[in-house]
Amino acid sequence: MSLLDKLDAVAAARKALLPEGVDVFGIPVEEVYSSTEAKIGDRRILFLGTNNYLGLTFAPECLQAAHKAIDSEGTGTTGSRMANGSYCGHRALEREFADFYHCQSCIVFTTGYQANLATISGLAGAGDVVLIDGDSHASIYDGCRLSGAEIIRFRHNDMADLDKRLRRLGERSRSTLIIIEGIYSMLGDRAPLADVVKLKNAHGSTLLLDEAHSLGVLGQTGQGLVEETGLMDGVDFITGTFSKSLGGIGGYCVSNHPQLDQLRYVSRPYIFTASPTPATIASTRAALRLLHDGTELRQKLWKNARQLYSRLRELGYRLGPEPSPVIATILDTPQQALALWNGLLEHGIYVNLILPPAAPDGKSLVRCSVSAVHTSEQMDYVGQAFAELSEVILR
Amino acid sequence: MVNDYTDTLQKLCHHLRQLAGPDAEITPQTDLIDELAIDSVKLLNLIMEVEDEFDISVPINALADVQTVHELASLIHQIKSAKQ
Ligand SMILES: Cc1ncc(COP(=O)(O)O)c(C=O)c1O
Repeated sequence: MSLLDKLDAVAAARKALLPEGVDVFGIPVEEVYSSTEAKIGDRRILFLGTNNYLGLTFAPECLQAAHKAIDSEGTGTTGSRMANGSYCGHRALEREFADFYHCQSCIVFTTGYQANLATISGLAGAGDVVLIDGDSHASIYDGCRLSGAEIIRFRHNDMADLDKRLRRLGERSRSTLIIIEGIYSMLGDRAPLADVVKLKNAHGSTLLLDEAHSLGVLGQTGQGLVEETGLMDGVDFITGTFSKSLGGIGGYCVSNHPQLDQLRYVSRPYIFTASPTPATIASTRAALRLLHDGTELRQKLWKNARQLYSRLRELGYRLGPEPSPVIATILDTPQQALALWNGLLEHGIYVNLILPPAAPDGKSLVRCSVSAVHTSEQMDYVGQAFAELSEVILR
Repeated sequence: MVNDYTDTLQKLCHHLRQLAGPDAEITPQTDLIDELAIDSVKLLNLIMEVEDEFDISVPINALADVQTVHELASLIHQIKSAKQ
C-alpha cells in the first residue's frame, strides 16, 4: 500500500462509520460568546465538552494580563529558550508554579503534550522501564515511545496488577518510572495514589503523576490529587497543562528533585520547539492566582459535577465509576454514541464523542466536562435533553 | 526447550480461540490481524491474559514486530526463558 493509499483507507473507514454532512471531529465554531456558549452553524450552543473547568477563558484579569504582555513583549518569542533566552515572564511563572506546589523546581513547556514528552523522555531511556496505567493519555504513550525505554502497561487502577509487574521486574524496578493520572481523561476516575506510593516506595521506583485534569479541580488550593490526598512527598514528578483549568495553552513539570533542571539540556521536546508566547505566559500567571484562590469556583464546579452525574445515573446511563467534572456515558456501539452525540447537538449542546480505538477497551463514549460557570439553568436544560434522548438511545 | 515452545504455542492458541471463535483455523503462520481480525485493543487485552498465564510482562515495544501466531509465541517464549 502506498503512503497515500493508507490515508485513503483511513478516510473510507471514517466515512463508513460517520454520517454525511457533519464533520464530527472538526465542528466549525463560528463565534465564541463566553466560556460556555458559542455559535455553531447558525445556532447558539452550550459548550459541555471543553475542559474549561473553572471557566477562566474570559476572566478579566487574564485578558488584561495577556493584552499588556502582547503590547510590551510582542506576539511571540520566535524560538526556543535555549536559543533565544528566557523572558521575565517564563522565569516568573516557573517560580510561581514551584511556590504553588511548595516545590523546589519547575519547568514550563509549550504544551501539556510536550510536558509529558519532555519529562518522560528526559527521565527514562534505553534499558529503563516505564510502567504505565492502561488508560493513560496519548501524550504519555508517545513520551514513552520517544524515551526508548521498555513500555509495560498495568490494568487501569489495578494495584494487584501493578504490584505483580513490579515484582516481575526484580532489580529493574529501581530504574522504573511509574506513570499515573490524577483524574483520568476518559472515565473521570482518580488514581489510587496512596496505594501507588506504597508500591513505588516498596520497589524503589520513581513516580510521575499527570495532574492535567485534576489541577484546579482537586485539593484546597487546587494543586490536584497530591493535595487532596496529602501525598506530595510520595510523588517524584508532577506534570500538568495550562489548557484546561487555566484556560490557556502550555504545560509544566514540578519536582523536589534538583535534577529536574537538567531536562532543559537533554529533553528534545523542550529544546527543539519555540517557548510559549508572552500573552500565554501572562494569562496563565493571572489564571494560576485565580485558581489558587478559587475555592468558591471549585465548590460550584463540584456541585455541577455531582448534579449531572446523579441525574444521568438516575436516567439509566452507564457512567464512569465516580462523580467528577469529566462525566463519560459509556455506550455499547459507536452508532449509539453517535446518535446520542448528534441528539445533544440538535438540542444545542456540544459534547465530546470518543470512538474506538481512542476509548479504552473498545468502548464508545459521549463525554461531558462541566464547568464552574455553567449556570443551574444550563445544567437543568442538559439534564432534560439527556432525559429526552434516553428514551430513544437506551431503549 | 523445544517442548517448552510447543507448550507456549498451545496455551497461546487456547487464548486465541476464545477471542476468534472455536471454528477459527489457527496455525503458527496465521496472521493475527488480517486472518483472526484481532485489532490493537483486543491484542493488548489478549497480552494481559497471556502475561498472567505465564507470569511475565510483555513490553508493548516488542509487539510492533509481531504479526503471526508463531511470532507472538516466540516472543513469549523468549521472555519466559530470559526470566529463568
Ligand atoms: C492526561 C492528559 N495529559 C496531557 C494532556 C495534554 O495536554 P495539552 O492538550 O494541553 O497539550 C492531556 C490533554 O489533552 C491530558 O488529558
